[in-house]
Amino acid sequence: MSLNAKTPEGPLAEKWNKHKFNLKLVNPANKRKYDVIVVGTGLAGASAAASLAELGYNVKAFCFQDSPRRAHSIAAQGGINAAKNYQNDGDSVYRLFYDTIKGGDYRAREANVYRLAEVSVNIIDQCVAQGVPFAREYGGLLDNRSFGGAQVSRTFYARGQTGQQLLLGAYSALNRQIHHGKVKMYTRTEMLDVVVVDGKAQGIITRSLTTGEIETHTGHAVLLCTGGYGNVFYLSTNAAGSNVTAAWRAHKRGAFFANPCYTQIHPTCIPVTGDHQSKLTLMSESLRNDGRVWAPKTVETAEKLRKGLLKASDIKEEDRDYFLERKYPSFGNLVPRDVASRNAKEMVDENRGVGASGIAVFLDFADAIKRLGKDAVSAKYGNLFDMYYQITDEDPYTQPMRIYPAVHYTMGGLWVDYNLSTNVPGLYALGECNFSDHGANRLGASALMQGLADGYFVIPYTLGDYLATIGPKPIDANHPAFAKTKQDVLDHVNKLLALRGTKTVNEYHRELGHIMWEYCGMARTAEGLTKAKGLIQALRADFWKNAIVLGENEEVNASLERAGRVADFLELGELMVDDALMRNESCGGHFRLESQTPEGEALRDDEHFAFVAAWEYKGDNQPEVLNKEDLNFEYVHLTQRNYK
Amino acid sequence: MEQNNMNLTLKVWRQKNAQTPGKFVTYKADGISPDMSFLEMLDVVNESLIHKNEEPIHFDHDCREGICGMCSLYINGHPHGPKRAITTCQLHMRTFHDGETITIEPWRAAAFPVIKDLAVDRSAFDRIQQAGGYISVNTGGVPDANEIAIPKVIADEAFNSATCIGCGACVAACKNASAMLFVSAKVSQLGMLPQGQPERYSRAQSMVAQMDAEGFGNCTNTRACEAECPKEITLTNIARMNNDYFSAKLFREEHIHENNG
Repeated sequence: MSLNAKTPEGPLAEKWNKHKFNLKLVNPANKRKYDVIVVGTGLAGASAAASLAELGYNVKAFCFQDSPRRAHSIAAQGGINAAKNYQNDGDSVYRLFYDTIKGGDYRAREANVYRLAEVSVNIIDQCVAQGVPFAREYGGLLDNRSFGGAQVSRTFYARGQTGQQLLLGAYSALNRQIHHGKVKMYTRTEMLDVVVVDGKAQGIITRSLTTGEIETHTGHAVLLCTGGYGNVFYLSTNAAGSNVTAAWRAHKRGAFFANPCYTQIHPTCIPVTGDHQSKLTLMSESLRNDGRVWAPKTVETAEKLRKGLLKASDIKEEDRDYFLERKYPSFGNLVPRDVASRNAKEMVDENRGVGASGIAVFLDFADAIKRLGKDAVSAKYGNLFDMYYQITDEDPYTQPMRIYPAVHYTMGGLWVDYNLSTNVPGLYALGECNFSDHGANRLGASALMQGLADGYFVIPYTLGDYLATIGPKPIDANHPAFAKTKQDVLDHVNKLLALRGTKTVNEYHRELGHIMWEYCGMARTAEGLTKAKGLIQALRADFWKNAIVLGENEEVNASLERAGRVADFLELGELMVDDALMRNESCGGHFRLESQTPEGEALRDDEHFAFVAAWEYKGDNQPEVLNKEDLNFEYVHLTQRNYK
Repeated sequence: MEQNNMNLTLKVWRQKNAQTPGKFVTYKADGISPDMSFLEMLDVVNESLIHKNEEPIHFDHDCREGICGMCSLYINGHPHGPKRAITTCQLHMRTFHDGETITIEPWRAAAFPVIKDLAVDRSAFDRIQQAGGYISVNTGGVPDANEIAIPKVIADEAFNSATCIGCGACVAACKNASAMLFVSAKVSQLGMLPQGQPERYSRAQSMVAQMDAEGFGNCTNTRACEAECPKEITLTNIARMNNDYFSAKLFREEHIHENNG
């Protein structure tokens, strides 16, 4: 099938404006005749639901948490990028666009990324108007800091809790519309399927997580804002509840899943301590503004550190290897995430890792504390230092942090065109749930930017065009597709509840995570991926025989919820491996050992792989079909990424 | 590492739903590593219950890094456990010692009915926010961000109020089950910022009215909320809210009905 990205004609800088003019409008009096379903209430979902309700549409919003404010956007720490150029340091929309395309290793669509950079400036204005308390200078104007992959300071922040503040801003806008009756909010409700009628998405099937009731909801359009799928790795920085179910069920109803193998392994996370571990905690990239990453120069020193015979502060300057500063003098500690992560792994592979496990490197603030004073460092990063202390029982003001890469974000997701529409008309994907803007590697502080860009400033325009085309006729809830889809959901739930084997769902999940991390993590090979495919298939088959799922449907049943999500991860995992195997090149976070430069950097193969891989579901246990969207670069010149 | 592992006794509140009376049930938690978080310890207990075909203990949790506000356990008489300024998910087992008995209850407040076991319904908090916890601006058409200069001290103080995670520990800690710390954090944040001035007084009134309607108690200045708040929201917020509320009641009666945002 050929994929039409519907990228507008014309010069890059004029595409979005021109497109907005060409999009059909829905007359204000007709907007109230349309129902729009928004699944997920993170930055993308809350901002979309609020903005669409403000325009006059009737919105039904859903989240599985007990309140829309809990969505995992809340945990984003470091900041949000915007091309404001308030610092007078040479930033511009074009530079943000260029940095993002290059940071993504030339695997994103030019027009989308340019639009993202363009609307980034509006986001900051919007958030300030809502009362988001961004960090400020003494003169009362907004402060900025630097993030990886950029040589300008364009990141706006609210201490180490930027995601929380932006989400609470969007949540307040959502609350206002709930108050006005324009948004009906469903909490503790999980979407389990999308209803497709004559090729168009017209509703969803949900399960109440308090009563187990399976419900049907109709809508003229369905927006999936359900986040990423990093929890396929079991251990990640995602929330325990983050899952792929909504996106995956949509995929099984026809929506293509794009670039599933593009996952971001974030370099600065607190290392794993034992098998009991349920999640990994991120230490914001903003710490690399002032923290210096290092490992001992020799294996001998590293061994002494691991045995506790030496402390980090005992090690002399000349015995330390500040490997990022050494290898990448121009970007130093602020190289993009994929580059920083691979280098940390290299240190550990060379047996120069630290901590009891030897699977960590240092992030050291001693110089920053000397230069700025402890109070200044605490004002910038205090909450992160406290968090580190709570988890590790070590004081980062006196000893360097131990950090190691962990799964953090997924650049892949549902395939969408320029309008954020999936290939199923009426079904849209926003934020991390789609694949669109980050290519093969996302730059820091760009996730918040994309989530809010999609919700506040893109979908309110593009959705109207579709709605105007289909007209305001009410959706017929009696169409047999609704009853059929509801029955499918019930059958699936009952199939899960019939599992009374010997192994817990959590044990399957952890095992899947091990396979994914080992073979589809920071370094991938054809051999390893082939092996992983077999392992996942076997694990999935075993799950459907031997898993234990307790309780009934008609009650609060965490066991059942968990089982449904892990069952979907067990299918997604195989597709990720297929995608990673097919993409016989390295790019961004996808590192195939077979494809690297003599210096060990990711080596792309633009001739054969400058495309988006959009996978098409063909039925249970059938191989998925690959559809390609070629990426054409008219403005940036494809080169080997260089941060030296 | 393993020699430090602990054997603990848990007294856990089990309750099928809001309609059924609950009771304490005792469980053994053996071989617990001091590096585990409190929730990871419960994960371990639940895994062993599932293996015995017994229903796992239900509790709310999500981000497991102290920011989403979903976790909510009342541990040994303290919301989020004995340590200050952290949530339950940030509480680590090194805080406890081998052989200890730990009592785990849900938040107890009439306005937070139990859903199951340790999970309670905090939707009253959402309804209070919906009553006025916002600045009435639509998407688009707002001024440039730097056209609004805000003194750093004001911005920082507004941020301190804005760090509330809506977990409900303040209510759980209060003998009156008062939600005033929670409500005042939002009233203060928006009331201090220039953007929040147009609706400052009506906001205080609408949110307080909803707080009362939900059945939360009044504040009698015991300060338990402040002591137990994982984000260290201070009582000053309540003073600010009272100021705005009474100003509106005494001098600004005309503002009562202006919240049409």
